[in-house]
Order: sequence, then C-alpha cells, then structure tokens
Amino acid sequence: MSVDLRGGRIVVVGASLAGLRAAETLRDKGFEGRLTVVGEEHLPPYDRPPLSKQVLLGRVRAEETALPRRREVDAHWRLGVRATGLDGAAREVLLADGERLPFDRLLIATGTRARPWPNPAEAALDGVVTLRTVEDAAGLAERLAAGPRRVLVIGAGFTGSEIASACRERGLPVTVAERGPAPLVGALGGAFGAFAAGVQRAHGVDLRCGVTVTALDGRAGRLTGAVLSDGSRIEADVAVVALGAVRNTEWLADSGLAAGPRGVACDAGCRAFDMYGIVTDDVFVAGDVARFPHPLFEYQLLSLEHWGNAVAQAEVAAHNMVNPGPRRLPHLSVPAFWSSQFGLNIKSVGVPTFSDHVMVAQGSPQERRFVAVYGYRGRITAAVSVNRGKWLEHYQGLIETAAPFPPDWDGVEPPASRTPVPSDVPDPKVLSHGPTVALTGHLPDRRLVLRRWGG
Amino acid sequence: MKIVVDLNRCQGYAQCVFLAPGVFELHGEEALMYTPQPPGEQRERVLRAAVACPVQAILVEGRDAGPASGEEGRSGVR
Repeated sequence: MSVDLRGGRIVVVGASLAGLRAAETLRDKGFEGRLTVVGEEHLPPYDRPPLSKQVLLGRVRAEETALPRRREVDAHWRLGVRATGLDGAAREVLLADGERLPFDRLLIATGTRARPWPNPAEAALDGVVTLRTVEDAAGLAERLAAGPRRVLVIGAGFTGSEIASACRERGLPVTVAERGPAPLVGALGGAFGAFAAGVQRAHGVDLRCGVTVTALDGRAGRLTGAVLSDGSRIEADVAVVALGAVRNTEWLADSGLAAGPRGVACDAGCRAFDMYGIVTDDVFVAGDVARFPHPLFEYQLLSLEHWGNAVAQAEVAAHNMVNPGPRRLPHLSVPAFWSSQFGLNIKSVGVPTFSDHVMVAQGSPQERRFVAVYGYRGRITAAVSVNRGKWLEHYQGLIETAAPFPPDWDGVEPPASRTPVPSDVPDPKVLSHGPTVALTGHLPDRRLVLRRWGG
Repeated sequence: MKIVVDLNRCQGYAQCVFLAPGVFELHGEEALMYTPQPPGEQRERVLRAAVACPVQAILVEGRDAGPASGEEGRSGVR
C-alpha cells in the first residue's frame, strides 16, 4: 500500500451491513487516517434478515439484532443524521444538519428503503405499515402479537412471503395480494412461483394473484380493509406494504455521478461512474445501492439486494480504497441469498432472472426437497435449493465454469422429469416491484445523452 | 454478546443446535433460526458452536478470546 492511501480522510455514507464491514476492512488493510461513518438511523449497524423472521415470530426483540463487530473500529460515527448531497468538485459530503464533511475518498453505501404505499392519506392510516428498519419490525411484531383479525400483505416477494409465513405460524389469518401470477416471480420466475403458490395455499394463506390493491379503507384514522382490482373486499386490521425497495440515491441527484432509481453505477472494482460514464477514482460504492458489471452475466450491471453481496462488495471496495491500481481486486463473487418461509429453507446461487429455462435437477417439488437449475442459452446461470442447501455448492461450481444446460450430471435423488420448462422471468427492462436481483444493464430503449457543462 | 450467522454459508449441519440449543434451532428441516444477542451465560456454548461449525458460518463478537482465531469465523463471500 502506498503511503498516501494509508492516510487522509475517508467518509463512509451508510451505517448498515456494508458500511460496517467496509469500515472494519479499511482498518484491517492498514488505513490510519480519519474515518467517518454517517448513518441516517440512530442505531448502530444491525442485521436486517431476522426482522422478517425471528422478530415477527416474537422470539427475538427487534432491538436485539445489532451486528457483531469483527474488530474494534476506530471511526467517528455520525449516526442519526442524513447525507443530503455530494459536492464532487470540493470533495465534501453535505449533511442534513448543515455540516460539510470533507473527504479524500468516499464510500457510498446508502442501501435501500421500503417502497411506501403510493397514496399518502391511505399510508397514514393506523395499521398500514412497511418493513425495513428495527423500528418497523418492532411495531409490526407488536401488532401481530395483539392478534389482529386479519393481516393483508401487499406484494409476494421474499419480504411479503416471509411476513405471511410468520402470520400463519402465529395462527393469524392472512391475505396476500400479488400483482404477478404467483409469489416470488420477480426473483425466481413463474415456474418456481407456481411451486411457491402451492406452498402458501397449503399453509392456509388466502393468496390472491393477478390483482392489485386499489384502495385502503379506514374509519377514524384506522385501517378497516382494502379493495382489490377484481372488485373483492378484504377486512383487515393490519396491511403490510411489501412492494420492494427504493434505492437511496436522491441525495446524489446533483452530484454528477451515474446515480438514479436503479442505483449508482460502478466498475468491477467498486469505483463509481460519473454521469458521462467516466470512472472516478475517489468515490466507491457497495451494497444494495450499487450496480456493477458481472462477467458471468454478460457484464450487465447487477443490483443485488443481498446480505452476502453487501459484505463481499464492501470488502472489495475497502481494499481498493487503500490500494493503488495494480493491487486492486475485482468484485466477482457469485450472487447468493437465502430465505426461510413456511418451514422451507430456500437458497439461491447465480442470477435466476438471467435465464430462459429451468428444470428440477435433483429431488422432488412434491416432497418439497429439490434443486432447480436455471439456464440461459445453453449454460447454467443459477440454482435454487429448497431444503437441500448442501447440494448447492456443486451447482455454484457449474455456474462459475459456465457448464452446459441442461446439466448431464446424474446426482442422488434424480427427479421424476428432466425436461426443462420456460423459467418465465419478467422482462428485465421493466422495473419490477419485487426482485432481489435487478438486471439493469444496457437499457436499449434509452438512447439518451445528457450533457451538462460546468458552473 | 452479539452473533451473526452467514446463512449463505450455513448448510444445516446443525452442530450449533446440539451445542447451544438455547441459541440455535432448526426451523423446519434445515432453516437455522438463532438469537442474535444471546445471554452472557450462553457464551461458552456459543463459542463451542462457532468452533464446531463445519462451514465456519458463525461470527461471534470478540471471539478472539476464544479457542479459534477471528479470521476463521468471518462471514464469507458466499
């Protein structure tokens, strides 16, 4: 490491998983300068996955999810204050309290927030909630513990499905309203979604697909129910809006960076691009807010709302912030995530939405123990296991080596049929509300160049 | 004490469930559910579970004091 990169001022904006792991890695790699971590929430970094699982089941308090540190981090923590702007020329981060934080290198790790219900008056009804933060989870857990007559979950992505699972486990009647043809379609495609729909219904979920919620009704400021687009009406005391996430990039609107609703574009070394597509060398990006090129997926820019990506990308970004060009590393890890719902452990490697076909490679969906393998133009691009996580590593190897699809490997528990079927993923050009992976690259429909010269 | 389990890495071997049953449990066949801030009296059991984990998926804050190095318990890339 060159001496000048070991010192100076580094500002990390975002104090969740990616921000914390980056701060630790910076110190691990020998950064000796001034390190400041800015976080909008008052709480020290905490872990979000339990918020839709253990916490909603009442087994863990929302406040008891603080992330363990890998090491002591000598940093100035500016918690409870939002970053409102970035002056790239002056190299300053603007804070909501008026302070300007000067930096030599900046890491953007502002993540995402829950997409709010679009009608503000309905969203303000007591009983209409979202789930993203500790505060959200504590409030929702309390509402579930109070025994509502029915819970309405709007959106059947992973978060919505996990919430519905927790409701059923607590014995609460729950209705799930999903715009698409089945749950999890945005992330895993229609073929897998049909399986997920069967699981939900078998667990007593009142699952309504192909419908939207057109109105939330209230009386005296309290939610009483909802009207669906098919004309039906649901009586509910609680409505959880689980319509996916919005990337926190608004504060970068005037920064000159390539930042927008799909995230902040960066190179394989986590360096941010500016709005002209020129790579910066002092602004880095990591976690849910980043969109980065991945060679396994034709260098399309990927946005991953994955726990593992936040960790891995933060480590690479931090390494590159304190190392000169030839020693820099690419962020190449294969995307992976998990979900537990309705007693099933669902794990994924690769990018299931980057596929045209899918087949059951091992096990049996009827027995709810199987691996589904996804292929794109004759090579394996993803695999999803249900209660068979031990098998997944093998398929990760196949993805990394671009093995042919359909796979010819004859493993244990051969499936009843090896016929690939269309994976039926939504058009990636459309911003879907629920995917945890968004293929955001190319945008062939937007032949647009914006030029904005100095001043 | 604070812990986090890298559930991408976890393969449901359930060694932790046997060693610290009050902290780790299987929810269904292989989904691990755990208490992120177990009470202090569980510390020895949790450290034993972290060491025994076949895929080293359990990160315990301040584990350096225990029998294994912190590096092994790091949350991984996968």
